[in-house]
Amino acid sequence: MPEALLELSGVHTHIGKYHILHGVDLAVPPGGMTVLLGRNGAGKTTTLRTIMGLWKASAGRIAFGGREIASLATADIARAGIAYVPETMDVFAGLTVRENLLLGARESPMDPARLEWLVGLFPALEKFWSFPAGKLSGGQKQMVAIARAIVLPRRLLLVDEPTKGLAPAIVQNLLAAFRELKSAGTTILLVEQNLGFVRTLADHVAVMDDGRVVHQGSMRDFAADPALQSRLLGLELEAHA
Amino acid sequence: MRAPAADIAPALLVLGVALAVLPFVSFSAWVTLTVAGLAMGMMVFIMASGLTLVFGLMDVLNFGHGAFVTVGAYVAMLVLGPLAAWTGADSLVPNLSAVALAALAAMLATGVVGLAFERAIVRPVYGQHLRQILVTLGGAIVVEQLLAVAFGPDPMAVPMPEALRGSVVAGDIAVEKYRLFAVVLGLSVFAAMFLVLDRTRVGLLIRAGVENGPMVEALGYRIRRLFVAVFMAGSALAGLGGLLWGMYREMLTISMGADVLVTVFIVIIIGGMGSVGGCFIGALLTALVANYAGFLAPKLALASNILVMVLVLLWRPAGLYAVAKR
Repeated sequence: MPEALLELSGVHTHIGKYHILHGVDLAVPPGGMTVLLGRNGAGKTTTLRTIMGLWKASAGRIAFGGREIASLATADIARAGIAYVPETMDVFAGLTVRENLLLGARESPMDPARLEWLVGLFPALEKFWSFPAGKLSGGQKQMVAIARAIVLPRRLLLVDEPTKGLAPAIVQNLLAAFRELKSAGTTILLVEQNLGFVRTLADHVAVMDDGRVVHQGSMRDFAADPALQSRLLGLELEAHA
Repeated sequence: MRAPAADIAPALLVLGVALAVLPFVSFSAWVTLTVAGLAMGMMVFIMASGLTLVFGLMDVLNFGHGAFVTVGAYVAMLVLGPLAAWTGADSLVPNLSAVALAALAAMLATGVVGLAFERAIVRPVYGQHLRQILVTLGGAIVVEQLLAVAFGPDPMAVPMPEALRGSVVAGDIAVEKYRLFAVVLGLSVFAAMFLVLDRTRVGLLIRAGVENGPMVEALGYRIRRLFVAVFMAGSALAGLGGLLWGMYREMLTISMGADVLVTVFIVIIIGGMGSVGGCFIGALLTALVANYAGFLAPKLALASNILVMVLVLLWRPAGLYAVAKR
């Protein structure tokens, strides 16, 4: 396995009086997709938010490209090249699609070539360009959220359950978009419950349970081992394809 | 595909309220009452606009905002005092120059006081509403008492420039010049705020931050600096409002900011906390209704603000222009 782009070592996170992450060790290799699996409450979302600095790690080390980032402010972590698409998408409802992307671009004006590429990934963006993002459907909001995250080239994209509650047609659109992103060299760390969605897409897999990573390996090996799936997740990939 | 039309129902409500009164009063009285209401509304808007942004962006309930109004008025008085020759002149240019200098000084002073207030009082209690109420109220009391020590507890006179005294008369309609001045200034402030919020990158960040500050940070913006800048700007606007309010009353008291704070909070709740446009419409609505009620049913005027708030919140529970906050 190549040297990790992102590496978490013994990361603990407390939210108020609750101890959520109990020493997470996770390595995300560069250039592919790593999927983070686990039951509800296993700590997947907390792991992403801790990487992003939205919840501070109370102990442990988070290295990105060899640089320690656990102590950095969220804005500095983003500027280091990490983009985040939360489970709730968090598009700015009162802002138009264009304004949402403009914020993601940071420097105005947006790069026309990049914009054209984004519209190629998500054709609906052009149609709703001047719409307030709050008026869009769930799938359209998800596209805006992902487009906003990648309107600038990023080294690492964190995405939390992008297919949740979306229609199959939109999920297919997202699948194509993630494939395109991977081929463009973007490293993706994806939290996902839809195992069918990630089976052919992901290169690596990490399984979390009770605030820890309990398994890491290749997706191919994981997909080929129903006993392992059953032991770690209580189900098999084929059953959810 | 065309974007959805803007929501103009609240603006039409203000117009509807104004027109609904017309059959019950003479036209001249209606014009006088309406201009008086608009002037009052503009002054309240200037005082309240900063507070609504501070709440929207930082989720801070600043009960000390009234202190900035008072400080602004007193600083303006200090500047206008030595400029008595200008304010007493019979020409508009020296009059307005004196007011402009006083406004500049008031805004600078309250901006600096706001910076100190944010650092010393507000910053330790971000995210803790109950403590915010207690410490900001305490901070306001400290500021008021410092003013009492410096200027004494008695009301003080503040000169209104000569050119702004008296009325503009057209037929049997008389409108106070100062009220027209307040309307023009209020509209200018609103237009400036609209341009900044709608047409600039800083404005885009403020609007996004009002909705979801952590997500703005996750996009790579250091929003803390924006918080401080908005707090200072909001304080400076309150200072400008203090100058206008003080000159309108031609008298300053150390409690003048606290006295107007309830109205300010009602206005920002009616408008939708965090919404500058809502604050503008809310200020006009409450001030117009208060003026009309004071003329038509004086006893009702005492409760008009509360009644307007109740009715608006029954119609739109999150205010006229609810901000989609996360």
